[in-house]
Amino acid sequence: MERPTRTPLEVEEESEGDLGARRMIVNFGPQHPATHGTLRNIIEMDGERILRLEAEIGFLHSGFEKISEYRSYNQTVTVSDRMNYMSPLCNNIALAVAVEEMMGIQVTPRCATIRIILAELSRIADHILCVGLQAMDLGAFSLMLWAFTEREKLYDIFENVTGARLTTSYTRIGGLFRDVPHDFDEQVRRFMESGKKTISEMEGMLDENPIFVNRTKGVGAVSGEESISFGLTGPLLRAAGVQYDVRRARPYLGYDQYEFEIPTEKEGDVYARYRVRVREMYESMKIVDQALKKLPKGPINVSDPRIVLPTKDERNLPEGGMEGLIYHFKNYMHGHGVRPPKGEVYVPTEAPNGELGYYLISDGTERPYRWRVRPPSFYNYQAFARMSEGGLLSDSVAVLSSLNIIAGELDR
Amino acid sequence: MDPTTAVETLQQKFPEQVISAHEHAGQPFVHVKRDRIVDLLKWLRNDGGFDMLADLCGVDYLNQGMPERFCVVYNLTSTASNARFRVKAFVPEADPVIDSVSKLWKSAPWAEREAFDMFGLQFRGHPDLKRILLPESYGGRPLRKDYPLIGEGERQNFPRYTKEAHGKAH
Amino acid sequence: MGVESRPPEGTLTTRVEGLVNWARKNSLWPMPFGTACCAIELMATLASRFDLSRFGAEVIRFSPRQSDLMIVSGRIALKMMPVLLKIWEQMPEPKWCISMGACASCGGIFDNYAMIQGIDRFIPVDVYIPGCPPRPESVIDAIMKIQQIVEREKFASKN
Repeated sequence: MERPTRTPLEVEEESEGDLGARRMIVNFGPQHPATHGTLRNIIEMDGERILRLEAEIGFLHSGFEKISEYRSYNQTVTVSDRMNYMSPLCNNIALAVAVEEMMGIQVTPRCATIRIILAELSRIADHILCVGLQAMDLGAFSLMLWAFTEREKLYDIFENVTGARLTTSYTRIGGLFRDVPHDFDEQVRRFMESGKKTISEMEGMLDENPIFVNRTKGVGAVSGEESISFGLTGPLLRAAGVQYDVRRARPYLGYDQYEFEIPTEKEGDVYARYRVRVREMYESMKIVDQALKKLPKGPINVSDPRIVLPTKDERNLPEGGMEGLIYHFKNYMHGHGVRPPKGEVYVPTEAPNGELGYYLISDGTERPYRWRVRPPSFYNYQAFARMSEGGLLSDSVAVLSSLNIIAGELDR
Repeated sequence: MDPTTAVETLQQKFPEQVISAHEHAGQPFVHVKRDRIVDLLKWLRNDGGFDMLADLCGVDYLNQGMPERFCVVYNLTSTASNARFRVKAFVPEADPVIDSVSKLWKSAPWAEREAFDMFGLQFRGHPDLKRILLPESYGGRPLRKDYPLIGEGERQNFPRYTKEAHGKAH
Repeated sequence: MGVESRPPEGTLTTRVEGLVNWARKNSLWPMPFGTACCAIELMATLASRFDLSRFGAEVIRFSPRQSDLMIVSGRIALKMMPVLLKIWEQMPEPKWCISMGACASCGGIFDNYAMIQGIDRFIPVDVYIPGCPPRPESVIDAIMKIQQIVEREKFASKN
């Protein structure tokens, strides 16, 4: 039997007096504790320094856009909350806002205010977990547990309002699933008190912590123009100095009636993004406070029976009776229900990660012809290669956690 | 530049390229041909002030009475003036090739890869055109209207492991 | 692998079995194969409110070579399936698998070209947790059921 021959290993001697830095190809993910979700990076390294990084995605591609073409608009609300599962209410609200704009429906003031409160609470939930995970990736494990404790309090509020902790499916076209409970104001204010304390504790732990500052300042910086060219939005864009927020630029649901600042930083690095997120949480609490004070009474659904289901009383009582029953039937039958006129619309909203936009094309039937989501994480992750090349491998972990990539939204 | 002015100026500057101008829910948009799409978008970026490509996606208009079957939709944003605009370039089925805009915006490469993956649209001049969301070995173009929802059997093609076989696949 | 392979054929172990099973069930080291929304609920189960480490399952290390319980939480796409199979292969015996959530158990709401319709088509699953996503209490219940399964394991069946 022939003995197998060995080919000699070739070592490039790059520099004298050194062990000779060799180029290595390292696979980072998709199953790895530091990748948030199912991401894969193929990194070409020279010692500890990254020369080239290629990102591979698609490990959670679930065919959202295809299945939405086979569902009615109200059914796609359940599909939408599986995308960004850190703040599912923001996805639901963005979808409802997009379809309502396409149909020219104006929601009731109470509905708009409740939606704003829940969107801002989801923003706090997303940002607090992002800061917690950022700290955990750099070694401070307890901050993640504090973040989860606050999120549990928010889960209790969401469960009381919508019925579910995570996959809420709360909005409907023209309104909401049901009204908020009577002690909603009290629960939210109680959360905000404890939330403020926890956020300021987290700030105190990280703001001037030499380890955190050394690992995040100057790391992964991008300039404002490059951020715009990459399509970065949300905290990443604002950390690079561009004061662009969809809530101010193109207000929806009455955001122009609230007073809040758009926090911006100049450096565009990981530390700046962390600061922007923390300041945004305080601004969100301001908005929630203003909204709770002016929460108007009234109906939560638009009074159009072709779009909104009639209540049980209207359906079952003899006075309401036949008409209510007919409208209920028509709302659910194939070919009836919410049918936007033929046309298309692109409506952006400000999700915690950036600009979450829905591009919907309607062909006049109750199913969307094209249901396209503009996922903020997709465009944010594209810039990851540019941010990590030239840096160290451990810096890329810090950058990745600052991007807040949600794989469900990235791959859809 | 606000979108209505953009529509008018486009019709003056690129008259043979603009097929038609439309509006829905207060959002004007144009249907254009694919031939000089890079020049058109370059003009919109430099002179029109639309500095961000918010989204690039494909649409399959099978039997809908549109100029061609496929369409590439460019949703543009101007961060300075908060204006938004949409350009839809039609691509025929027989020759689904269009120029890539990766040189104009750094957000374009992955979005074009996704359109290639889902619809089969080819982008001339793209730095690295390959599948992004589905495995390289996948055969079909899922978001086309004639592709079945449950796919064509790819989701069954994996080896089976059982407890009796002590961790060996068969 | 493990104590089962040590005694020669024909030996019957009773007390040793009980002891080894007791040790194994109270120190299950899970490997969270978390992909989507269920992974967030799994993280919530591991956090302070629901605390999975009370059951000995505190060591969440993402290394398959050192774990014995794989919790598949989340939907499994076409591209992720070879990764799942490889990780399952890399785990040493004895190993158990929990399929958490509707998507891992049967495909969930995603009956389409890109989703595996249940991981039990390809790997052996011991406990299924329904829910979308399941509450952390269900996850704890599933861990307790795995503990009952581990308790009842007989060495003779492995040889």
